Formats: sequence, C-alpha cells, structure tokens
Amino acid sequence: MVSIMFYVMAAIALGSALYVAASGNLVRSIFMFFITLFALAGLYVLSLADFVGVTQVVVYVGGILVLIMFAFMLSGRENLEGLKQQKNRLLSVSKLPALLLAAAFFVVLANIFLKAGADNSNWIKQAIAEQDVMTPQNTSINSLGVNLMTNYLLPFEAISILLLMALVGAAHLSRKEESAT
Amino acid sequence: MITLTHYLLVSAGLFSIGIYVVLSKQNAIQVLIGIEMMLNAAILNLVAFGKFDKINNAGQTFALFAIVLAAASTAVALAIVLNVYRRHQTIDPGKINQLKD
Repeated sequence: MVSIMFYVMAAIALGSALYVAASGNLVRSIFMFFITLFALAGLYVLSLADFVGVTQVVVYVGGILVLIMFAFMLSGRENLEGLKQQKNRLLSVSKLPALLLAAAFFVVLANIFLKAGADNSNWIKQAIAEQDVMTPQNTSINSLGVNLMTNYLLPFEAISILLLMALVGAAHLSRKEESAT
Repeated sequence: MITLTHYLLVSAGLFSIGIYVVLSKQNAIQVLIGIEMMLNAAILNLVAFGKFDKINNAGQTFALFAIVLAAASTAVALAIVLNVYRRHQTIDPGKINQLKD
C-alpha cells in the first residue's frame, strides 16, 4: 500500500515537473508546479516527516507560488506575446545543450546513487541496530520542536538574521526610486 | 518496501529537470521555478535520510531551514525581477545585457 502510494506520488511529481519543462505556456507551467509541490509534500509525509510536509504546503504553495503569480502578473503582457512566438517545444536545436547537460547530470547522479548503496551504508545499519529509525507509530513533532530549540539553536538564530536581511533587502529593492543613487 | 535509493532516484530526476528548466527557459520567472525544483530535490534527500535519525532529527530540521531559505531567496529574487522589468521592459535573461542604464 505504502509503496503503491510512493510510486503514484513520484510519478505525479516527475510527470508534472516534466510538463513544467516542456510546456510553453507560463501560466500552465506555474500551475503544474503547484502539483509538483503537492506531490513532494506527499513524499515527505510518506517518509514520516509530516511536519516538513505541512510546512512545504504552507510555505511553498501558500507563499512562494502566490509570489510567483504576483510577479508574473505584474511583469505582464508582453511575456505572453513573447511566449507565443517561441513555438518550439522540448526538442529543438537551441535547447539541445540544456537537454544534453540535464541528461548527463541525471545519468551521473543515478549511477552514483545506484552504486553508492545508501541502504547498506554503515550509519544506516547502526541506526537500525540502535532503534534510531522513525516508525509510523510515534510522532516526531515533539522531539523536532525540542531539538530545534536546543541542539540547533545557533542555525535557527542565524536563519532569523538572514530572514531579516532578506526582508530589508526586498523592501529596499521594491520601493519607488526617487532619490536613485 | 521503499528504500532510500528510490527517494534518491526521484530526487535525481527532479534535479535534472530543474537544471533543464534553468538552462532552457527565456523567462526569469521560469528560471526561478527551475531553481525551486532543484532546491526541492535537495530537501527530499534531507527528509529521506532524516528518517534514520529519530533522536536528533537533523534531517528534518535542516529541511525546515532549507524551506525557509528558499522562501527568503525567492522573495528577494522576485523583487529583483520586478525591478529589472521596470527598467528594461523585459525579463528575458538573454536580453538584459547591461548592469547600469
């Protein structure tokens, strides 16, 4: 049952990602990217990281995609005209280098992953021996919160400073330019 | 039984599609979508390995951090895209060829 769901989610994620890559219509590709993100959230839940899955839905689907839609609508009309001109789809000469590079990357990555044998590595075996593996019975969110405030407090604070910097930077970039320097 | 290698292969496919989108699209917003895809592939790896770390939760914690970083970088990137559109009236990365007008 779980493996069937995994394969369905993976097929949806990869298929909609391929559609994003192949489609010439910007609006359609944005909405298919929604579906990719939802399927990825499902994959996170299947990997017993339910809180990360929920965060994915809230932050990505609720935040980032709305931002992308805003940027798309504000940067407007001639986008669509420009997109109508480029009729060429996935296979064309101008996109051949990108296709070659992506395929080469995939071959290399898949080779490495198949040869690395991550399931037989030492620390995975050690984790299984020490009962350090998550099971569907226990909830991880308790220890996640405790760890976030104890073990990982320094990266947490560093990220809060970075968020503040991003906020100031975005506000600075998007203000009206009267006293341009 | 779903093993780690399955997750790794899915994320490899997603990463490659992201690279293709980044390299082939003539629209800054679509390039941004490709970058998000590659980030998501990395987060999928973090989460898949985080399953074997029940006590410390390192994988899930850093997946959360990566999601937050992606959100921040997207906000800044979209502000830059809008500024570029206001100056050049286009967001094709191939046509923007000057730093200062």
